[in-house]
Amino acid sequence: MTAYSKIELLICQVARLLEDGCTLAVGTGMPCAAAMLAQKTVAPNLILFFEAGGIGPILTEMPITVGNSRTFFKGISASSLAEVMETSQRGLLDYALLGGAQIDMYGNLNTTFIGDDHDRPNVRLPGSGGGNDLASTCWRFIIIMRHQKRRFREKMDFLTSPGYLTGKGAREKIGLPPGGGPYKVVTNLAVLGFDEETKRMQVETIHPGVTKEEIIAETGFELLWSPQITESTPPTEEELHILRTEVDPNRYLLDRDFS
Amino acid sequence: MEPAINSYPDESFEDYSVSGDQVVTYKKAGERRLFTNPDIDEMREYFREHKSRRMTNKVTTVQEAVSRLIADGDYLAVGGFSTTRKPISVLHEIMRQKKRNLGYSGHTTTHDLQLLIAGKCINRCDAAYVVTLEARGFSLIMRKAFESGEVEVTEWTNGTLAWRFKAAAMGISFVPTRSLLGTDTLKYSAAVEMPCPFTGKKFAALPALFPDVGIIHVHRCDIYGNCQIDGLTMFDYDIARAAKKLIITTEEIIPNEEIRRRPHLTVIPYYYVDAVIEVPMGAYPTNMPYLYFSDEDYFAELIAAEKDEKAFKEHLDKYVYNVDNHWSFLQASGGLQRLSALRARETHRYEKGGY
Repeated sequence: MTAYSKIELLICQVARLLEDGCTLAVGTGMPCAAAMLAQKTVAPNLILFFEAGGIGPILTEMPITVGNSRTFFKGISASSLAEVMETSQRGLLDYALLGGAQIDMYGNLNTTFIGDDHDRPNVRLPGSGGGNDLASTCWRFIIIMRHQKRRFREKMDFLTSPGYLTGKGAREKIGLPPGGGPYKVVTNLAVLGFDEETKRMQVETIHPGVTKEEIIAETGFELLWSPQITESTPPTEEELHILRTEVDPNRYLLDRDFS
Repeated sequence: MEPAINSYPDESFEDYSVSGDQVVTYKKAGERRLFTNPDIDEMREYFREHKSRRMTNKVTTVQEAVSRLIADGDYLAVGGFSTTRKPISVLHEIMRQKKRNLGYSGHTTTHDLQLLIAGKCINRCDAAYVVTLEARGFSLIMRKAFESGEVEVTEWTNGTLAWRFKAAAMGISFVPTRSLLGTDTLKYSAAVEMPCPFTGKKFAALPALFPDVGIIHVHRCDIYGNCQIDGLTMFDYDIARAAKKLIITTEEIIPNEEIRRRPHLTVIPYYYVDAVIEVPMGAYPTNMPYLYFSDEDYFAELIAAEKDEKAFKEHLDKYVYNVDNHWSFLQASGGLQRLSALRARETHRYEKGGY
């Protein structure tokens, strides 16, 4: 079997979660790589939405920004940011792939700042971008995160985009559309989902070579564990071949350290 | 035969109107400052007074437009998105004319805000996406400005800023949305929670955003300002309609007959436009869809220069302060040969080009 890196494993886990014939909002980097891999494997009819208005492009290489020429190359529409976000609000966006600097047990995300004072942050981060809009109204969002204790937090410094907020029913109570919320969290250690009753994060599959203790040590809150935990399926030869020769032949992404 | 005035039986209609004495309560949810006035009647008066409905020649220079239309303290909304279709010639001129205390709409703003912060032009920002050049990395100078309190921040999202422009473009003072609810982003915004008067469901009410100045780079327009944009329109359809003053730079000026031959291509009609300047390669070093790609070497040099104060000052002098206009900037950046290489990199020209 061909050797693979953590980042290749992670991209494959995300790609396999995507369904054929669905709509998906993506950004640059790993989400984009996962979407491209999905299109070449499990979901050839996946339609990509880039937030600046690019819809259904044929991606031959990964774009480095979410608004440039590549995001609507041979696309079905070159539209606007409002069109993409309104499509989500209208209930026609099935998936979004999001990331963050911090996450809590309900899948809430912080992309705004690190520190304890909004006006004098230790580190100012980009902010919501379109993340809050997509997390609020797309049907399911998948989070890609580096699994580290400083990122998986009991209490985040700022809640930028809504996961399940404070638990089951909280999204609906606050006015968010019923039926939405985070679907999976894919990290360099595991694939996690959300418990139906509590909406708390729970481990579903553990990546090969990773221990339960390692995951606990890198998580700042108490995790739930699925009753049927399995090992994550490694990338297939075909997936690796496509990733290396078609998705990222220049290794912009694949050479990054993501362990 | 007499056509029936109402051919439907009455019972097929349901009445969805507000019933009874429904109490609508508004809750101030966002605690931060609202930088712009959402009052639509003031804007109607302003537009009536200042936006000429006469088709007049608006062609001018970047220097003149910036000097006449941008005042210290104004709030700016810049077209394009991140490093695509940015009106760079105008941003450089704002720096050279040392405009101060400007407000800024931070809908995915990267290199554009980086420039104006480097020029010490900005003191407040409606932030949705700031401080980085996306995948190219963080901008140190932008981070410093946001971390030191030099720039006052009200939080928003890309969607909510788009809808704030849309409300303004519609001529109403607010628009409801489901974004923001339940988050700190809402708390640090200036939005208000309100129930829908028809369904009772909760929304975040967003105040209309009328910028003092809109600045948009387009593919082509006529001397009156009838503009065509190829590719993504991003936020620009609504920014053009919301802005009190609107500066257009264009890759080329075309005859009015061309506009009239294909009127469905007009994204911005002339009556919103206050100045037209022909600036070929006017988005350089950002991407102009179908024409030229972004100059990634330029951005790499810029991000590296930010790490050293002296190198950064030299960079700004070389590309902004010691040049007179966009032509000299293009010369300093490698001239025709460089530009020709970027045309060859444009995705829509060469399938395998670009990034």
